[in-house]
Amino acid sequence: MSDQALLSVRGITKRYGAHIGCAEVSFDLYPGEAMGIVGESGSGKSTLLNCMAGHVAPDAGQVIFDTAVDGPRDTLQMSEPERRMLARTDWAFVHQHARDGLRMGVSAGGNVGERLMAVGARNYGEIRASAAGWLGRVEIDTDRIDDRPSTFSGGMQQRLQIARNLVTGPRLVFMDEPTGGLDVSVQARLLDLLRSLVRDMRLSAIIVTHDLAVVRLLADRLTVMKSGHVVESGLTDQVLDDPQHAYTQLLVSSILQV
Amino acid sequence: MFELKDVSKSFTLHNQGSTVIPVFDGAGFTVARGECVALTGASGAGKSTLMRMIYGNYRAQSGVVAVDGVDLVTAAPREIIRLRREVLGYVSQFLRVVPRVPTLEVVAEPLLALGVPASDARARAAALLQRLNIPEPLWSLSPTTFSGGEQQRVNIARGFAHGFPALLLDEPTASLDAVNRAVVLELIAEAKARGTAIIGIFHDEAARAQVCDREIDVTGFSPACAA
Amino acid sequence: MSEEYNFAYLNEQTKRMIRRAILKGLAVPGYQVPFASREMPMPYGWGTGGVQVSAAVMTEGDCFKVIDQGADDTTNAVSIRSFFERTAGVATTTHTGEATVIQTRHRIPEEPLKEGQILVYQVPIPEPLRFLEPRESETRKMHSLEEYGLMHVKLYEDISRHGHISTAYAYPVSVEGRYVMDPSPIPKFDNPKLGDCPAIQLFGAGREQRIYALPPYTQVVSLDFEDHPFEASKADHACALCGAEDSYLDEVIVDDAGGRIFVCSDTDFCARRQEAGHAGKDAA
Repeated sequence: MSDQALLSVRGITKRYGAHIGCAEVSFDLYPGEAMGIVGESGSGKSTLLNCMAGHVAPDAGQVIFDTAVDGPRDTLQMSEPERRMLARTDWAFVHQHARDGLRMGVSAGGNVGERLMAVGARNYGEIRASAAGWLGRVEIDTDRIDDRPSTFSGGMQQRLQIARNLVTGPRLVFMDEPTGGLDVSVQARLLDLLRSLVRDMRLSAIIVTHDLAVVRLLADRLTVMKSGHVVESGLTDQVLDDPQHAYTQLLVSSILQV
Repeated sequence: MFELKDVSKSFTLHNQGSTVIPVFDGAGFTVARGECVALTGASGAGKSTLMRMIYGNYRAQSGVVAVDGVDLVTAAPREIIRLRREVLGYVSQFLRVVPRVPTLEVVAEPLLALGVPASDARARAAALLQRLNIPEPLWSLSPTTFSGGEQQRVNIARGFAHGFPALLLDEPTASLDAVNRAVVLELIAEAKARGTAIIGIFHDEAARAQVCDREIDVTGFSPACAA
Repeated sequence: MSEEYNFAYLNEQTKRMIRRAILKGLAVPGYQVPFASREMPMPYGWGTGGVQVSAAVMTEGDCFKVIDQGADDTTNAVSIRSFFERTAGVATTTHTGEATVIQTRHRIPEEPLKEGQILVYQVPIPEPLRFLEPRESETRKMHSLEEYGLMHVKLYEDISRHGHISTAYAYPVSVEGRYVMDPSPIPKFDNPKLGDCPAIQLFGAGREQRIYALPPYTQVVSLDFEDHPFEASKADHACALCGAEDSYLDEVIVDDAGGRIFVCSDTDFCARRQEAGHAGKDAA
């Protein structure tokens, strides 16, 4: 078991004026771990995700990532080119709405190939073969490689977004409500796919969602947020089955059992 | 392999007037390698709760719940995750899986998580399903649509796919016919012979008598008794 | 020359402002310098960017030439040439070799340019990344961080759709290994002439308010893939009038029956060859 955390989050705080986005959030994420962050709308889970992924600058705190080249570095102190390079190599970000994470006017193959070309791939045949391989992995028919994502169903678009993100072999994936807005049957397929990809690629993942079923299936660990603060964290099944905090108990008991 | 010392557990229901329900106080016992121990006690005495605490699913308030030297009360989540992946297996009464994942994959998954090559993992899964008399045409289907008995056997196959050194069994023979019940008891006996330490809940007294070396009555761990 | 106008139409302050942009462009080859483009007495799309750049670099001793898709005699070329005859009183010519300032729309002359010459391009859309990334804030960031993967996505799309890179004009180039630049809608046949060129090349986009430049002898490389290398293609014919086999050709429909001939797009080049006695199959 690796003792070096892949991501160490320390005291992340973000205020919007008098309103607290998230306050004093700290945790370590180890290689191969999937962590869920749950909470209702406005609990600060998305703010936290955006602070960690470098989309929003927090007011205080550190986001220390174990980079492949230089070892642990605070990504908030990195220059913008360094952070953007990280974002298209070691990191990936899966948006809730596929159209935020895809280029709708570019073919499926081009969408998957973009990250490869962005890091210097210059052989068309290899890029295309790699794109086709990834479409297969996310269960999209390779015949659709030259079709635009606007002709895809919602579930296919989301799978394409995942392929586009994983093609450069990232080590950390941020996911923002990855199954939100999809039909239940499509969700199950996507969850299964994400689970096997996370396992096979030894990915670490941070999954923000309000869907407890999603975290139960995807996440090893769970952090519960309320009003910008972490109220409880631990093993996913422990937090869900034996919640200690009042808010978590309320959250868990509010779910309809099927 | 299992070592419990001075374990206490209570549930606090914050949303119901902060009612505190004490469950255990001063629970303790050990189970050695190759030993199979049955938890007994009347319904509601806390057999399943204790089992879940040993799996790290429920949190103990104090004491030591050690499996293979790892104390689940104080361990970091990732240590418990590693323990569950490599050392500690759990066959629950209910099958919880991602819908649409084929049965063969469900059973092979504990091996895949350990990094066993996919072909080896599937071969091992297939052998177990065969042994537990799950018809081969069902292997490619999701077990969510199976009957209760079939789901229970899939669950058992999954629990035995990797030869865990420590195993928790919650009613492994319930809702099984005589033939499959015999297979499960065989699997348990084989695991014991390999040196696996087992804690189980068996309502099936004959089965309990056949595989268990000792019985522990959890009624003795209740706070009322300790007081 | 009309006395009512300042030399070359623009006032001196404006010309200085434009020259500063040009100098900055020359100092940072391929970088798009914003400038305060003026209203000109012609509509956008007719070369307002080129005209402002020409006006800013023009001196009284210059000899001015204008080509529109290679031709000296289109409405656009004729009116811009007469504009500077009236407002600057400079000499004009159609001969590439004689000109000191050449304003061009969509071509580079066939006759090799020399030191001391300035080629001024009219540019409709200066941003090579625009069709794939509509946000200006984002394209600027991509240029500053050299994030050019998207440029290859465009070429990838071409190959996947047509089997080859079908971009035939405005073919993107990398300048000195740094900025990716849109060479204006010249045919890709002309791309190899951009690099290592003895003349100064200036690009003016009036509507988009950008100026960029290539100083003499700049390294310019057309983007491509290892397995789909760049090719400077042209119609596989000889000029019907002068017989040239190495010049860029226009296809001209000559009758109602669909008859067509291919002729040099560079009218000056074609005329010189004919004067020198070369003749194509349809030469009169």
